[in-house]
Amino acid sequence: MSYFLQQVINGLSLGSVYALMSVGYSLVYSIMNFSNFAHGGVIMIGAYIGYFCLTLLNVPFFIAFIISALGAGLLAVTMEKIVYRPLRKRNAPFLYFIISAMGASIFLENIVIASPIGPTFRSYPAIFSTTPIMLGNIALGRIDLLMFIISALSLIGLMYIIEKTKIGLSIRATSYSIKGSTLMGVNVDKVIFIIFLLGGFLAGLAGMLFGMKYTVYPQIGNITTKSFIAAVFGGLGSLPGAVIGSILLGLIETMTSGYLSSQYRDLLAFALLISVLVFKPTGLMGKTTEDKA
Amino acid sequence: MSWGYVSGILILSGINLMTVLGLSLLTGFTGLFSFGHAGFMAIGAYTAATVTMKLNILPQSMFWLHFYIALAAGGLVSMIVSLIIGRLTLNLKGDYFCIATLGFGEAIRLILDNVQYFGGARGLPNIPTQGTTTLTNVIIINVIAITVLVLIIKSRHGRNMVAIREEELATQTIGIDVFKYKLTSLAISAFYAGVAGGLMAHYLGYIQPIMFKMVKSTELTIIVIFGGLGSVSGSVVGTILLTFLPELLRSFSNWRLVLYGAAVILIMITRPQGLMGGKEFSIKGIIRLIEKSRHKGEVKS
Repeated sequence: MSYFLQQVINGLSLGSVYALMSVGYSLVYSIMNFSNFAHGGVIMIGAYIGYFCLTLLNVPFFIAFIISALGAGLLAVTMEKIVYRPLRKRNAPFLYFIISAMGASIFLENIVIASPIGPTFRSYPAIFSTTPIMLGNIALGRIDLLMFIISALSLIGLMYIIEKTKIGLSIRATSYSIKGSTLMGVNVDKVIFIIFLLGGFLAGLAGMLFGMKYTVYPQIGNITTKSFIAAVFGGLGSLPGAVIGSILLGLIETMTSGYLSSQYRDLLAFALLISVLVFKPTGLMGKTTEDKA
Repeated sequence: MSWGYVSGILILSGINLMTVLGLSLLTGFTGLFSFGHAGFMAIGAYTAATVTMKLNILPQSMFWLHFYIALAAGGLVSMIVSLIIGRLTLNLKGDYFCIATLGFGEAIRLILDNVQYFGGARGLPNIPTQGTTTLTNVIIINVIAITVLVLIIKSRHGRNMVAIREEELATQTIGIDVFKYKLTSLAISAFYAGVAGGLMAHYLGYIQPIMFKMVKSTELTIIVIFGGLGSVSGSVVGTILLTFLPELLRSFSNWRLVLYGAAVILIMITRPQGLMGGKEFSIKGIIRLIEKSRHKGEVKS
């Protein structure tokens, strides 16, 4: 029983970081209707910013979190401006967005490899002791706990912005209809700026958390494939769906590696993706997509 | 540059071209986007390699025939798989279909990672390379592939596919079975990818699941877009350019992929119609071009 509970806790902490990534991805999807494959690049840069803040600048770790969130947010916004805005102004079909995003992700990954940082794996300095906190028979890893707390707090913050503030209202309006909200005086450019900024913040946090849990390397962004799966599982474009999908995916993954074999973990995740797309493409909470003539 | 090196790159271009031709039919002419064609290449590669290595029934003198049978088997198996996948996922719209193909491509790779019969993650070594994927064979196969593709596109079926690309709903309204044509297009492109996989296996002499990652699929789709959607000659030119370019830039080592990423973004922003922009190379077109320029000259004088 305690083994099961242990897996549940591990799953929750992994799932909460997936949620940080898939929420950013889902935010972009809800408004621009394309899969932002460059999200992984932003996560990777966030992880590196955090790493260098801690090793070179020796700042306290919560300030490193803020710096890496800000840096990643800035990167996401810049990318939107350079890569997506020209396409958006031209009303390009979604494929061009996807290909540009792929190009941006190749660019970011390789510029890190080519720069002096290089392709080596780097591990974060130990901030916490690795001895877990014991709750009866269950071991709570300190980093796992941190992952869960930071993710939960930032998701609550995001929900507050979306649900309670005026800019949140305009984000929600734009996700229903870009044309309609433009006519109502919503500045769509500003809304898109904000969603990329928010998505970038969360990506920076997620990158740093993953870096602390595992290591930092240029391909760490590939982990976002999991967040796409989670977002599809929860329903593309739905934020609560993305969170629920991520938590479930985290649980499923830890259960698979705990009870079956970690070899089947990724396979099962992709099998889940395909079966969701085949049987219920709208996911758990997705909007029904209508064919627009 | 020695001839061995150049012919090596030419063979690589030919292998890429096979998949790109199939993808060109799917993406350029039918308007469906796949990020999973590396998966079809993987199926073709493993099938063809198994046939040449484990099913030696023909005498050694007939090895070339055996090789062609292996390639066809690779193509057919990947076509059958594509029919199953297409039946399940072709009803999905836009991004959802993209993500489904992505998931499928990765799933194939992960399955191969775990099948011990095919060597798991270590892959299959010792695939015969003598007298298999030679430049002559690659050219013969590509010429056949291009001819068949052009014939399909020029036929009624090809025009129906273009109609689906342009206006799916209208095509359905005038009584064309949209689903059937999408499935046909996917199956043909999977066949091409399977044959390309077989060629690749016999060129390199070994295959590993990691060769067929999503990056490979993306690279192929990028080539199609770069050449120009809806243009066979664009695909040919695009493939040769994009296979040679990284080789020429090899001295820049790591920076070439940075340039590549930047170039992709730049093309999307500045020339979204690609190199050929849906036009084809033809002798008539060249003559027309020359006449046009001569005409202009006359007006000026």
